[in-house]
Amino acid sequence: MAILETQELTYTYSAGTPFEKTAVDHVSLKIEEGQMVGVMGHTGSGKSTLIQHFNGLLQPTSGKVLLDGKDIWADKNKIRDVRFQVGLVFQYPEYQIFEETVYKDIAFGPKNMGLNEAEIKRRVLETAHDIGLSEALMERSPFELSGGQKRRVAIAGVMAMEPKVLILDEPTAGLDPAGRDKILEHIKAYHQRTKNTILIVSHSMEDIATFADKILVMNKAKLFCYDDTVNVFARADEISEIGLDVPQITKVFGELKRRGLDFGKEVYTVGYARDLLLRSLKEREVQ
Amino acid sequence: MEKIIETDDLHFHYEPDEDGNTPEDVLKGINLSIKQGEFVAVLGHNGCGKSTLAKHINAILLPTGGSVIVDGIDTKDEDKLFELRQRAGMVFQNPDNQIVSSIVEEDVAFALENLGVPYEEMRRRVDESLKAVNMYEYRLHSPSQLSGGQKQRVAIAGIIAMQPKCIILDEPTAMLDPQGRKEVLAAIHKMNREKGITIVLITHYMDEAADCDRVVVMDKGEVVLDDVPSKVFSQVEKLKAIGLDVPQVTELAWELRKAGYDISPEIITEEECADAIERLFA
Repeated sequence: MAILETQELTYTYSAGTPFEKTAVDHVSLKIEEGQMVGVMGHTGSGKSTLIQHFNGLLQPTSGKVLLDGKDIWADKNKIRDVRFQVGLVFQYPEYQIFEETVYKDIAFGPKNMGLNEAEIKRRVLETAHDIGLSEALMERSPFELSGGQKRRVAIAGVMAMEPKVLILDEPTAGLDPAGRDKILEHIKAYHQRTKNTILIVSHSMEDIATFADKILVMNKAKLFCYDDTVNVFARADEISEIGLDVPQITKVFGELKRRGLDFGKEVYTVGYARDLLLRSLKEREVQ
Repeated sequence: MEKIIETDDLHFHYEPDEDGNTPEDVLKGINLSIKQGEFVAVLGHNGCGKSTLAKHINAILLPTGGSVIVDGIDTKDEDKLFELRQRAGMVFQNPDNQIVSSIVEEDVAFALENLGVPYEEMRRRVDESLKAVNMYEYRLHSPSQLSGGQKQRVAIAGIIAMQPKCIILDEPTAMLDPQGRKEVLAAIHKMNREKGITIVLITHYMDEAADCDRVVVMDKGEVVLDDVPSKVFSQVEKLKAIGLDVPQVTELAWELRKAGYDISPEIITEEECADAIERLFA
């Protein structure tokens, strides 16, 4: 069953003015429960506008957004509940931290949901553990922490609301490679524990290749594709053409194919490339 | 070739705390010599001291030990501070923090106005700098309507207009999308190639570093590797140990080498990688 669905979703900014611009144009898609989805598209492709519809920050100009099969705008007064069920973590969320202690900052969302203290505590500690923040940090001021730690506090704050769908807009932007790998690993840990649906916006196909079951690509306000990771990488050439980066390793295997060395598989991670090449080389030696 | 930047046993630590305890050195004796016209990438994880090093080149920070000489000027020489900052310009990570005017061309002219450059000369330099970064047609736009990559190029134009010998860029593409990154890198490479401006590029992106003349890797306040990109990236284990990546093609070559195949450890481009794999199957 689809947890999140859009039907002919269209959104036009500044309608009726000279600046009128359709940012999302008749997008229909179904996201299955429990998926890890990578979201791609260059600046201005409409991906940010699209994800802001998923938790009702924007209301469609036309078309529908369904959560668990129900139109989220059927009753305007219930849109607040939708925001508890679909958590959105913005870019550079560390700038949104404001509480005195790490614990209070993570607890802010659950508190607003009206949960009791014991439940809040459970959620704060569990998410802190998932995201790799030790209990010793809970009473520290979040402003004393490193940039990467602050970002994890901000992400934990949304996770602690235990949304059915968690959307993260470029959670690794500006981090160094070690910080980037850490954040992605922690998000994976959270996913494994909760089995919730997660959407991650990223410019790095190399990162997306490491976690995504499916990839959603936006281009010029339209849905370019929403498909299994392997099928999306099979279209590497088209994806390059619309201005997105494909992993370096995928480009190498594309070049080998042009030279007549076809391994018959889509390659997008180094580990897979190594196994594939080693296997092929062994087979040749046997022959 | 002439040396443009030279650090001699450069040490730096922040101010002592209230109890008088001196914090640990952020830079622990850096000896670096960069020649005029070189394109140098500086790599290292967050907190390794690379931004601190960059801030020493145009005297935003001053050494607590050792010295930094830029184009013959000691950065400690306060009388020459203005001259130094004209010769070594700096571009920062966040494009929104570097734009001061409400019109693009005024922003580029900002430093020239402060320096009292005559009008005709200023007009000529502003136009030239905007053309150099491919932003001339936006000269009358408001910066607020520009993309991150465009703003970053305006910031670079503002530096070029001062006709510096050297530009230091501290993760200029970290907040940009792939398109913006490409535009900014193309502009930087063009400055280096056509005007011979020395470039010091601080980055987390290994593909950006792979395109440079030289890569300096820092860890815990020290320079741990300093060589051409192919040699630096061939040290896969060392780089991984300090939390850095290598380009995917270099990693693949390293994996195949580990498995006993004869493949060069110094592969850094897709072309070289495809060639090497083709040879294995020949």
